[in-house]
Amino acid sequence: MARAATTADAFNAVAEPRRRQILDALVGGERPVNDLVRVLGIAQPQVSKHLRVLREVGAVDVRDEGRQRLYRLNGEALKPIHDWVKDYERTWSARFDQLDAVLEELKQTEGDVRNGD
Amino acid sequence: MVINGTAKVTLPSDEQILITREFDAPKHLVYKAWTTPELVRRWWSAQRGEVTVAEIDLRVGGKWRYAMIANEGFEVGFHGEYREIVPNERLVSTEVYEGMPDGEALDTLRLTEVNGRTMLELLVQHSCKEHRDAHIESGMEDGLQDAMDLLEQVAVSLKSD
Repeated sequence: MARAATTADAFNAVAEPRRRQILDALVGGERPVNDLVRVLGIAQPQVSKHLRVLREVGAVDVRDEGRQRLYRLNGEALKPIHDWVKDYERTWSARFDQLDAVLEELKQTEGDVRNGD
Repeated sequence: MVINGTAKVTLPSDEQILITREFDAPKHLVYKAWTTPELVRRWWSAQRGEVTVAEIDLRVGGKWRYAMIANEGFEVGFHGEYREIVPNERLVSTEVYEGMPDGEALDTLRLTEVNGRTMLELLVQHSCKEHRDAHIESGMEDGLQDAMDLLEQVAVSLKSD
């Protein structure tokens, strides 16, 4: 089935395992393309294709140094994904904290009923 | 171990969200708090507003609807239908966020008790890719969890800058 052309957001950029491998490799710091080709063990044109997608969403930045092109991670671009899950987690945590209070009361009431018998 | 931890959210597959949390109470009380409207009103708001509707028709095929007025002033509503009910242990229902009425998820609540404490697991299964994508803005093909692990690392690396 055809996929919509929606590569221009962070969620899609990290959807592809190879691209995640690239990001993983860049977590440690800046690297030249040749390094990434070696780490991924696939041909340079493919690596370049993935790097292009990552650049489009701003997940990596590039600079030229002499004859080398150096890539580095720009974590800020991936923050929307991280934030979404964290926000969801916060909502449920707040909910469950309130539920704790309700449960304490139910335990109390149940204890009272039992003692009253 | 902490007595009552924070909710843990994981993404076991492309279409699922799993929420887990342990409670210092037996499962029949957790179930009661989960399925009694007056009690739901007290915890469902997540401190983000006031619960205005908590309707529960607890039988297979019965409907539920929760709504709240968020602190920012707007109303959010959710509703669904119960599909499977095993009192104190398992509750399966559909869930529709009314802001996005085409997207229906299937929620499975599972309660297991050990030594008077309850492990709660809530699995949210999205019905189709498009809705899941719209809901969590995700187009990931294989394993959201991998991406999350990576993002956790990214977050850590940002912190240490």
